[in-house]
Amino acid sequence: MRTEFRLSGSGGQGLLLAGIVLAEGAILDGKNAVQTQSYGPEARGGSSKAEVVVSDDDIDYPKATDPDFLLALTTDAYKTYGKLMGKGLIIVDSTVCLDPAITARTVSVPILDTAATAIGKKVVANIVALGVLGGVSGVVKQATLEKAVLNRVPKGTEDLNLKALRAGFELAAKAAKA
Amino acid sequence: MPEAKLMQGNEACTLGALTAGLSFFAGYPITPSTEIAELCSEELPKVGGKFIQMEDEIGSIAAIIGASLTGRKAMTATSGPGFSLMQELMGYAAISEVPIVVIDVQRVGPSTGMPTSLAQGDVMQARWGTHGDHPVVVLAPGNVRECFDLTIKAFNIAEEYRVPVVVLSDETIGHMREKVVLPELKSLTIVDRKAPAAPAGYLPYKADQDGGVPLMAPFGKGYRWHVTGLSHDETGFPTNKGDVAGALIQRLMRKVEKAEPLLRDYATESADDCDVLVLAFGSSAMSATSAVRQARAAGVKAGLFRPKTIWPFPEEPLRELASRVKRIIVPEMNLGQLVYEVERVVAGKAPVERLSKVNCELFRPEEILASIMGGSK
Repeated sequence: MRTEFRLSGSGGQGLLLAGIVLAEGAILDGKNAVQTQSYGPEARGGSSKAEVVVSDDDIDYPKATDPDFLLALTTDAYKTYGKLMGKGLIIVDSTVCLDPAITARTVSVPILDTAATAIGKKVVANIVALGVLGGVSGVVKQATLEKAVLNRVPKGTEDLNLKALRAGFELAAKAAKA
Repeated sequence: MPEAKLMQGNEACTLGALTAGLSFFAGYPITPSTEIAELCSEELPKVGGKFIQMEDEIGSIAAIIGASLTGRKAMTATSGPGFSLMQELMGYAAISEVPIVVIDVQRVGPSTGMPTSLAQGDVMQARWGTHGDHPVVVLAPGNVRECFDLTIKAFNIAEEYRVPVVVLSDETIGHMREKVVLPELKSLTIVDRKAPAAPAGYLPYKADQDGGVPLMAPFGKGYRWHVTGLSHDETGFPTNKGDVAGALIQRLMRKVEKAEPLLRDYATESADDCDVLVLAFGSSAMSATSAVRQARAAGVKAGLFRPKTIWPFPEEPLRELASRVKRIIVPEMNLGQLVYEVERVVAGKAPVERLSKVNCELFRPEEILASIMGGSK
């Protein structure tokens, strides 16, 4: 089975890293994974998009064609990619203004606020988002994703990032009940 | 047993180069090739190699030619704008027979175009970017693992035939990360240039046969020889004799012509019994593979031919397939480049259709599928 993720937001939010960790988690779980990206020439700001395709089989085409999950952390990203959504689920940050013209199933989750307030570091919003994606999709086990996060994050930030990831999984569990 | 890991195309090129014995990198970082320079700057010092960030791309290719003359395996990496600047010295490496590897991670052009956007517009430049008849080998990886494999192959070809070799990657292949299992190191063949036994009587440009490759002496080991971009005789010194210059050009070109069956590298899928053949390379081939599989699933006999050696082009296997298929479709991220070579090789045996795209977005499989299903436009 092929599962497609599109992670979108603003350059500097760390969505590319979140995509890489998601793909690495899938590989640790014995699956196949491909990660691609598109971004402007800016190092920060501008639009940023990472895509991850996870499959039990060979992946011939590396890009998302009809994403199963769209993560949008900014209103711009939501408007750009939300209208392309068909069968999949849109996960937006709760600061994003929803648009009635975008009809795909949508859940609003306080990702940026959880990072800033509950965890106390805005920079880990990407890892919170990764936890949300992991929890909502169920494509990668939580324990595996924790291992994948630890493999990638800088020394000394392990606890912070694990806390962020777990907070993301909790947000996903809450969203599933709602 | 090497384990599976997520690896980026540019990273795989760099690891391939290091595995092949790279010990000198000079470059001027440019998107979308920058990760190659970055990783070389981290890894080369660990193995006693050198990394130099040069003032520009002309300096970069000049530096690797110089390094190669001292016996090192040398490489640079760039993208279209930098590759354009390197062209004069591509010719220099070709005529002076200095082995070098240039990785060109294509982006959209002409000129500086858009740094982070995909195109495959350097196909003809890679072959004919520098003036005059000259030998060059161009390899096009179609996935991350092939970035590793073909970079090793590039070094092996450069060393064996003393030619510049281009690894023609692109923004999507270069930046994409895939699950890769690298081969066991002991399973790999690594080629080193052949050196003369002793300085006495050494003629640096004397070949033993038609299309032969002269022995290459490293500078700094007691050999004195002359290296020039001017037409030269067997001593390496310039000549004004037309027949000597002509014989040199002939030998340089024959080196690659003769080697073509050995260098030849391509992949096919479902091509043996197909009616519609899709010929694609690099990132376009990923879309083409998906389209061919979807067409087969829908009962249409589609097949794929994916050249990995672009120059010299794998003529014979394509010619053989062309006589059996009804149509050939050539999708490429440019307005038609490799298709000219395909048309030349196919020579009317089957209609050849272009499928061009220059909006910087990788072909969606359905675009190629529509062409497979839709018949001639």
